Amino acid sequence: MAAEAPAVKLIGGYGSPYVHRIEMALRLKGVTYELILEDLRNKSELLFKHNPVHKLVPVLLHGDRTVCESLVILEYIDEAFDGPPLLPADPYERSEARFWAQFIDQKFARPFWFSFWTGDDVDKRAFLKEAKENLTLLEAQLKGRSFFGGDTIGFLDITACALAHWLGVTEEVTGVTLVNKEELPAFCKWADGYISDETVKQCLPVRDELVAYFSARKEMYMARARATLHK
Amino acid sequence: MAVEKNNNGLQLLGFWVSPFAQRCHIALAEKGLSYESLEQDLSNKSELLLRANPVHKKIPVLLHGGRPICESLVILQYLDEAFPEASALLPSDPGARAHARFWAGFVDTKVFECGVRLWKRKAGSEPQVQARKEMVEALRTLDAELGDKPFLAGEAFGFVDVAVVPFAAWLVSYGRLGEFDVEEVCPRLVAWAERCGERESVAKSIHPPEKVWEFVGFLKNKLGDK
Repeated sequence: MAAEAPAVKLIGGYGSPYVHRIEMALRLKGVTYELILEDLRNKSELLFKHNPVHKLVPVLLHGDRTVCESLVILEYIDEAFDGPPLLPADPYERSEARFWAQFIDQKFARPFWFSFWTGDDVDKRAFLKEAKENLTLLEAQLKGRSFFGGDTIGFLDITACALAHWLGVTEEVTGVTLVNKEELPAFCKWADGYISDETVKQCLPVRDELVAYFSARKEMYMARARATLHK
Repeated sequence: MAVEKNNNGLQLLGFWVSPFAQRCHIALAEKGLSYESLEQDLSNKSELLLRANPVHKKIPVLLHGGRPICESLVILQYLDEAFPEASALLPSDPGARAHARFWAGFVDTKVFECGVRLWKRKAGSEPQVQARKEMVEALRTLDAELGDKPFLAGEAFGFVDVAVVPFAAWLVSYGRLGEFDVEEVCPRLVAWAERCGERESVAKSIHPPEKVWEFVGFLKNKLGDK
């Protein structure tokens, strides 16, 4: 009789797009998992034990293995579990997907943050311009397809999930508009397609709840943006 | 392993002191892959570089049959996947692969990024003092991760060692800018750096710490806060 597959647990927190990435990856692979929700303002011993370096969610526990950092976890899930592949098969296409994932997590984040969460004392125009240019570059990667992964959602789509859902929420909470359907038609179509997907809907925070959550934390995010700007 | 006369269709756009370019040189040497090395003038970027990396306009860029691959860790993984017959950089076990990716990423976000603030921000200013604290913590963490293992990857030199070893030449500079004793903060890392330096791939690719320090001086002068 086959040995039982080792348990899969995901340490997450409400409202995190990084956690959503992992839930999507596990669901697309057909992996059953237990979601352990952290109160991110009062982090548990469990989280500190499993992610002593960064103390952040998501953290994947698979049997006796611990994996941290969402993009690292995504690749782990693709490699450790059977099921439809998240990354394309071709080495060059894989390198492109990884490049754009890094772009989203590194170059993209900064102007995005500063566009939305800095106060009226900061000239946002340069940040907004850069954020828009970044979206335009990313949009071009769709290359006429419904998703970055082709006909179905893949690695880069779930990596970009914050842009599909959280971006709109942030625009509503801050009153700052970044996305214009006329300027970014393919991007907007992608975003709508992503949030309408049945698997996505199973693990996507409800928009109104997310708006309330972000609104309650507006001061905190603005303080963080201010601090980072002067680092 | 056959060494192709046409350099496997590989070209590397690099810059002599860049730890990111050095990762690629080391990786190519470890895999026994010949390639054309094209040193770039970053003060006057070439058409080739701007076309190959229009998004970031940075090195390193690997060109394979003319197609560009950018970002050093993406390049390293591409080399493993495009040349599976050459000795692998990443281990085969998914857990070990995740470990390698995690620590390679750690060096980029916690060591390198902090190092930039260390030379860029005015010495003794609040942000620079903050950067000092963060650098010491990052190096202690890396030192603890190495522990008693001969290499970061374990018993044998691997992907994560390739990713981290170029920064070994920057330790002296970090110590001077951060006013801390490198031997005290990360003694095991120092010994590991020497061990790695005995490998031909590493010895050929990285420059002495004093050369790096000279370069840091140049950077500080040109781009540092006044």
